[in-house]
Amino acid sequence: MIKVDQLSKFFGAKRAVDGVTFEVARGEVLGFLGPNGAGKSTTMRMITGFITPTSGSVHVGGHDLSLEPVAAKRRIGYLPENAPAYTDMTVKGFLQFAAEIRGLRGAARNAAVQAVVEKCFLQAVLHQNVDTLSKGYRHRTCFAQSIIHDPDVLVLDEPTDGLDPNQKHEIRQLIRQMGREKAIIFSTHILEEVDAVCTRAMIIDRGRVVANGTPRELRRKSEWSGAVSLNIKGMGVNAIREQLGRIPSVRRLAVESTADWVAVTAFPHPDRVIDVTRDILTATQGWQVEALRTEEGRLDDVFRRITLPETAAREAKS
Amino acid sequence: MSSIGNIRTILKREISAYFSSPVAYVFIVIFLLLNGFFTFMVGGFFERGEAALGNAFFNWHPWFYLFLVPAVGMRLWADERRVGTLELLLTMPITPWEAIVGKFAASWLFLGLALALTFPVVLTVNYLGSPDNGVILTAYVGSWLMSGAYLAISCITSAMTRNQVVSFILSVVACLFLILAGFPPVINLLQALPGHWQWLVDAVTSFSVITHFSGFQRGVLDSRDVVFFLSVILFSLFTTSVILRTRRTN
Repeated sequence: MIKVDQLSKFFGAKRAVDGVTFEVARGEVLGFLGPNGAGKSTTMRMITGFITPTSGSVHVGGHDLSLEPVAAKRRIGYLPENAPAYTDMTVKGFLQFAAEIRGLRGAARNAAVQAVVEKCFLQAVLHQNVDTLSKGYRHRTCFAQSIIHDPDVLVLDEPTDGLDPNQKHEIRQLIRQMGREKAIIFSTHILEEVDAVCTRAMIIDRGRVVANGTPRELRRKSEWSGAVSLNIKGMGVNAIREQLGRIPSVRRLAVESTADWVAVTAFPHPDRVIDVTRDILTATQGWQVEALRTEEGRLDDVFRRITLPETAAREAKS
Repeated sequence: MSSIGNIRTILKREISAYFSSPVAYVFIVIFLLLNGFFTFMVGGFFERGEAALGNAFFNWHPWFYLFLVPAVGMRLWADERRVGTLELLLTMPITPWEAIVGKFAASWLFLGLALALTFPVVLTVNYLGSPDNGVILTAYVGSWLMSGAYLAISCITSAMTRNQVVSFILSVVACLFLILAGFPPVINLLQALPGHWQWLVDAVTSFSVITHFSGFQRGVLDSRDVVFFLSVILFSLFTTSVILRTRRTN
């Protein structure tokens, strides 16, 4: 549905987006991750046709955005960052306008407005002016505008930004639901959201795609992937260090002693991840092990490693 | 989906935006008060003793519009940019032209409404004497065209900035130039130049709204004057589209 090819954007000499290439198919929810200023919003603005790219192309539903902008835009629903809406209109008026400008007239328009009002829980504020809305309602109003014409493609720039946990949950539910029959791109800073909603995640940093895969694949890149954490009672720190340090599949140990037990995390060698749990189980036979679990890998760790390689390396050493 | 349909949707939204805030009412009241005051008190409508509006009433319009039209036009694009709705508008399935024309048309119709509400002056002059209503109608058409030219210039300055005050000041200056180019003191100054500079005088005065409006005031519907106002409007709207486009690439 969305095909982005070698998309680049320069603001003067500053490179905002540099050769970004990816595709999103129907039924996919692509999470867009990256530090602030990495080029997420710029990329989304180019996909929706707000900013013209310096080079590269965007196809939406088979239409080249630069050649058939109106046909391409018709298939997109867009929630810009900060969820702007006309402050001098009521919620109802704004949604009616959004429906009309997308070609819905008369009864079709009213039905579309009614449908999104129910979906986004806007009934209570329907006749209120947009500038009197709380942030959550304004956000949902703008979100409602983006799905009012039931588009094939949804581009959402930080859809859950500034919402309370309940509202975040609702929006995530909606995205996941709609993701079954649409192609969705959304950007976020919240890594749990990627697990909750995305079928695929992409990390972009300094305008380049630096990682692209399912959340699971990304987590495997983490140092924590396959690491074994255990709490041991009745042994000294040094003894534990010595015994566990001898296991060949363990690359590094993190040991921390508390009043009751010693907490140990064994990080595996990347190529021996499968062995490490078994090796540790063998080595600790007869010990007083309180808890033992294998980590799946942490997205925030991957995120930091990829976008801040120097700092992450320094922290790993210390 | 037709262009006309899109333009109408934009137009409807803009008009309702004017009337959902007090701006529209304030503007209309001020416009009417100014008209009344200047026509009867300063313009000496009664002292003139003539059954016409050309001088006492329409003479002031280029000057009223100088401040009032930029006040109407300043929010058109600047506010969209400030609030961020520009991003919504330009990612909708419409062409930038449809948005530009729709917004311009809405404001122009609004100005037309304000102008039409001065009708009591026409009733008065008809009650007191028997004026040539054809002349009055022509002058109204000219006045509306002139307000359209000012408005289109305000569109340019509004598209240039997110700050409405900056937009207002820039467009007052630009419109002032259009007035002064035909203002007698300025023309007299230019005419002091040697004879072979006459082309410059002609060039400058041909840009003046006053020169082009004076025909309408006398009831002369000259196609050159109509073309002048329409071409200022078209050129300005085109410039607006260029500014919006370059703003999107930078």
